[in-house]
Amino acid sequence: MEKALQKTESNSQKGDSQSQRSESHSQNNESKTDKSYYRTLSRNIMFTVIIVSFMPLIFVAGVLFIQFTTTYTAKTTAHLDTLVKKHRQNIDVFLNERQNNINQLAAMSTFENLSDHAFLERQLAILQREYGEVFTDLAVLNDQGEQIAYAGPFGLEGAHYKDAEWFKVAIKQPHYISDVFLGMRGFPHFTVTTRQFKDGKPWILRTSVHFQAFTDLVENIRIGKTGVAFILNQNGEFQTHTSLKIENPKKLYQKMLPTKIEFEAKLPENIDDKGSFTESDVDKKSNSTQSKRNSVESRDRRELSIEHRHIGNTLYVATMLQNKEWVLIFQQDAGDAFADLNRIRLTALIAFTVGGIAIIAMAMILSQRMVARIVKSEGEKEMMNQQVIEHGRLAALGEMAAGIAHEINNPVAIMVEEAGWIKDLLAEEEFQKSENLEEFTRALDQIRKQGLRCRDITHKLLSFARPAESGNHIININEMIAETVNLFAHEAKFSNITFEQHFKQNNLQFMASQTEIQQILFNLINNAMDAMKDIGGKILISTSKEDKMVKINVEDNGSGISQEHLARIFDPFFTTKPVGKGTGLGLYICYGIINKLGGNITVKSALNEGTVFTISVPAIEDQE
Amino acid sequence: MNEPRLLLVDDEVPFIEAISKRLKKRNFNVDMAHSGMEALEKLSKDDFDPEVVILDVKMPGMDGIETLEEIKRKHPLVEVIMLTGHATVPSAIDGMKKGAFDYLMKPCDMEVLVTKVGEAVAKKRAQESKIIEARMKDIMRRKG
Repeated sequence: MEKALQKTESNSQKGDSQSQRSESHSQNNESKTDKSYYRTLSRNIMFTVIIVSFMPLIFVAGVLFIQFTTTYTAKTTAHLDTLVKKHRQNIDVFLNERQNNINQLAAMSTFENLSDHAFLERQLAILQREYGEVFTDLAVLNDQGEQIAYAGPFGLEGAHYKDAEWFKVAIKQPHYISDVFLGMRGFPHFTVTTRQFKDGKPWILRTSVHFQAFTDLVENIRIGKTGVAFILNQNGEFQTHTSLKIENPKKLYQKMLPTKIEFEAKLPENIDDKGSFTESDVDKKSNSTQSKRNSVESRDRRELSIEHRHIGNTLYVATMLQNKEWVLIFQQDAGDAFADLNRIRLTALIAFTVGGIAIIAMAMILSQRMVARIVKSEGEKEMMNQQVIEHGRLAALGEMAAGIAHEINNPVAIMVEEAGWIKDLLAEEEFQKSENLEEFTRALDQIRKQGLRCRDITHKLLSFARPAESGNHIININEMIAETVNLFAHEAKFSNITFEQHFKQNNLQFMASQTEIQQILFNLINNAMDAMKDIGGKILISTSKEDKMVKINVEDNGSGISQEHLARIFDPFFTTKPVGKGTGLGLYICYGIINKLGGNITVKSALNEGTVFTISVPAIEDQE
Repeated sequence: MNEPRLLLVDDEVPFIEAISKRLKKRNFNVDMAHSGMEALEKLSKDDFDPEVVILDVKMPGMDGIETLEEIKRKHPLVEVIMLTGHATVPSAIDGMKKGAFDYLMKPCDMEVLVTKVGEAVAKKRAQESKIIEARMKDIMRRKG
């Protein structure tokens, strides 16, 4: 037995030190580490959610963006290509026609005819009637560059072109179209010539093409706000009228030249897209109409290709013209060309940003909520742990108390018996005369009385620790409360206390030992009456059924229990009653009994307002 | 009438010594046993023949209830008062169901003990006299 006691003691000591350790731990470090832990957790959840949400979003958006951009750019470029090709064709046709006009005229007339001023005037009139103001004048030059005949508004008869650049080139070629120049007349224009032979000597029929008529062809290409077209010759000189100011047009021309001629020549099938092949078909047709055209293969290639350049913020689409070293350049600000695309990009960006902000906000809220819930559940778990610890503590205390009670009861019994024996002996005659006889008797009585008090305490303790009474019966709690209250009726009348019973449901039943439940009710009512001893008041006992548990409330409006007392109210030997009045075991025993039944007992109290004890025990199901 | 013969059974020697002294002073004839086995041995001997056994419930070895069952089996007429010191009231009640006369809580009032023992002795003697009477009748009948 002593061994067992020591074991319990050491156990309880261990338990105490453990709980102390955990308490100090929780006070010092846990609150700090907990906070940072939860902050980290919250952050981790947030980042995870953000990353997981953003990954597919970015991926899908990126793919769509790239796809769309590519497609749209290709579409826009293709559109520009078509436009430029069409205009190149137009220009080519225009120039070819002019050339053909002259060629035809030269072929159908003789040098003599053409040298006749009147004939020439007539021919010019015919041409002007047919083609409008395109043809400004007509002139016939001999191989020395002397202007033999002239028809036109500028009166250039007899003019000498021997040193003019265009003449030097034109006299060597069957036909020729010059760059734009001011010439003798002082207006920008270009000439179209055809070379014929008379008596082995070459002569030239020349016409000037009206500059404005040619410029209109190009200027018609206008797209958006900034899209304009112009033509540059190999020297970077403008061949059309343009309002543009271009720095270093020569360099631009160089840049616009097809760069991959050789490469493309090697790989003809890779030259360009389908558009180019259809284009080449058109070219072939025009080639067939102009049988005299001699074109180098590389030049053909060059003519087919459309060059794209992106310089600065400007988009250039360029193509070589067929019969000249001229390049048709279409120029547009990229922002203007891709205005729609940019608008869609902006919309997408705004949508993405708003969505992203929404995701981040959601992630933050979500993580905070989750962590808050975790904190709450941890708190609940902590509370449960506390309850378990509390339960264990009380159980350990109970074991210890029972052990002590066991060990003390026998010595007390012996002491009481020995004291009784002395008293028996005192009764003998020889002691009767002793002057202290009365004192002896009183002392022995006291020993006996205190011994019996010890016995009461140990018996109460043992009744708590003893195993369940074999006889558990069906308890009809309402009846039992009524009976128990009756026992107090007399005492209550003196203390000015009234009882009130409130039963929400009849037939509230559970399994328990009758005496134990009676003991609990007795204890609770006794405590309630003590709390209202001086002032009087009301004790309300109510029963109800909640979640398969029978609930019993014992409520008083007495003095209440202070907070520090409330924490220890179920501890054994804890009492606020004067010494000798209470053992401090009443509620401890109640706790033990209710726990044994699988129920629980709780207390709520406010100073000077009253106290409520709530007992709940598993009910018997009504089904039977 | 001769002195009631009691047998005190408890492993707490000082306790039964004190009790026995007090009971002897109150004109009881008291013997002591410190275990269930010893009690049964003493009961089997003819020299003392106790009328009432005061039996502690909780003892090492053979405990109170077992001893009680054995006593009641071998000596059905001997009355037994259970003495319980601690959390053994239920077993004391159990004992009463098995034929014990009554039970007392340790430490007990001498007056209460004396009264209970007196009652037990009276019951035992009444029972015995009834048996004697019955025998007498039987003998008378045979005679007659």
